[in-house]
Amino acid sequence: MAATNALSEVVFRIRRFDPAANASPRWEEHRLPYTLGMTVLDGLKKLKETVAPGLAWRSSCRMGVCGSCGMFINGRARLACNTQITELGTNVVMVAPLPNFDTIRDLVPDLVPMFDAHQALMPYIIRGDHDEMTLPTGEFGQSAHELEQFLQFSYCIRCGCCMAACPTYATDPRYSGPMPLTQSHRYNADTRDDGFTARRTVLAGEAGPWRCHYAGECSRVCPKGVDPAKAIQLMKRELVLDYLRLRRERCPAEIAARPAGIKRRDGIPEAPKPTI
Amino acid sequence: MRDQRLWTWHVGAGVVILVFLGLHMAIMHIDTVLGLFNRPGTEAIDWSNVVDRAKSAFFMVTYVMLLGAALFHGLYGLRNILFELNPGAGLKKGLSVLLTVVGVGLFGLGTWAAWASFGLTRAL
Amino acid sequence: MLVTKGRPNRLGVAGWLGGGRWGFERYLYTLHRVTGLGLLAYFLMHIGVTTFRAFGPEAWERAMGTVSGPLFKIGEYLVFLAFAFHAVNGVRLGLIELGFGIGKPIEPVYPYRTSVDVQRPLAIGVMILAAIIAGLGGVQFLASLR
Repeated sequence: MAATNALSEVVFRIRRFDPAANASPRWEEHRLPYTLGMTVLDGLKKLKETVAPGLAWRSSCRMGVCGSCGMFINGRARLACNTQITELGTNVVMVAPLPNFDTIRDLVPDLVPMFDAHQALMPYIIRGDHDEMTLPTGEFGQSAHELEQFLQFSYCIRCGCCMAACPTYATDPRYSGPMPLTQSHRYNADTRDDGFTARRTVLAGEAGPWRCHYAGECSRVCPKGVDPAKAIQLMKRELVLDYLRLRRERCPAEIAARPAGIKRRDGIPEAPKPTI
Repeated sequence: MRDQRLWTWHVGAGVVILVFLGLHMAIMHIDTVLGLFNRPGTEAIDWSNVVDRAKSAFFMVTYVMLLGAALFHGLYGLRNILFELNPGAGLKKGLSVLLTVVGVGLFGLGTWAAWASFGLTRAL
Repeated sequence: MLVTKGRPNRLGVAGWLGGGRWGFERYLYTLHRVTGLGLLAYFLMHIGVTTFRAFGPEAWERAMGTVSGPLFKIGEYLVFLAFAFHAVNGVRLGLIELGFGIGKPIEPVYPYRTSVDVQRPLAIGVMILAAIIAGLGGVQFLASLR
């Protein structure tokens, strides 16, 4: 890895594509002086301020939580805000739009197919008790162990890096991809949810995890440690057990019992009555 | 739906192949080291050893099991790879039918050969 | 639903190959695919050739005669190598894809230890076992060349 004190200049090679102007993408090279702690996103912003005002990309939080700035940086899908120039081991930074998605312009990918696949796998709590879902009367009881079964997968920020790294998604757009499958498993594994049967109608077919062959790249590139590869294999286990009729049926989590025998402290007023 | 079932059978077939192809490979390719399965001083593909195996009911039955499992496992794998190249719906259906026909046909051929050689070698 | 049409940017079959930057498991995936196709191609021909045992010793010897040259012997060993890798890696994949050996869901704390890291010893063990099996088969192969 290049020592920070030796790095004085960064060479950015950016894949530009303007659908209105050019027919095919081209590489554009710019040089910037290196500043300590510079990330790829910092570099893009500096370029836009100075020499490349038309450069387009998505970014927002600049701290690795919104998932907007997923790009193909030096041959690997990463978040631009999370990628220090020094961690790349070279002062040449090649930035391209996220692969396996159509490119709208410059570094902006079309993530709509990923969101469509995500929506099709029903990533929300599905329960039969509609009254409780619309007018909740209490909390659902869930132990720390039950929470741990899906918590890791809920950290997903939908950046699309896993989709860019997946070899199956590289050729097969009908495969749901790591993010939608992981989110589907996140809800299947949630004890508050009762939607396995509904999701199974989609997961048992072409949109399911069957085209995953554990290349493991999705988990390697995930910036939040969600480990989609693990979620997909756990989902396969559930579905195989389901096919063999060995899957343990469970009732969804019940309303947690209110603590009994607790007295309100003197001087604390009652809560106002609910208005809906 | 189909993929859930087919994939489960794919893994099951893999287990069957592991056992029987492992045995077959040991007989064919490792027996000079092991010395367990073939007549001493002969090669696995010599007619004498072929007769010994062909007339054995164990080998006849397990060859047919291996044939079926390997054809299913291999052709389903090929189907997976071809489908990942994103062909159209009609081509997908055609490929499924073609691979099924090839699989069933070769299974029939191989089963006939196992059965016929069983009868032939028993009569020798 | 918003419909945007951009310029296609899929990696295609090159996305199966990697290019030197991908992880160990991704190369195992590609090799598993290649060996599977090779084994299938050999297997389909093998069914045809071994059918001749049903026609008696002369037919069998003729069939074996067509596949006894040195190139065929080398090809057969390559098939054995493909089998050694595909079988042991297949066991690894069978275990992993049924949820064994990949660890439990955990609270992700940086630096992340993913299922890929957890199953890495299994992958190394698989490669060593494949090498041992390949070596055992190599003994007979080298003897047959003499």
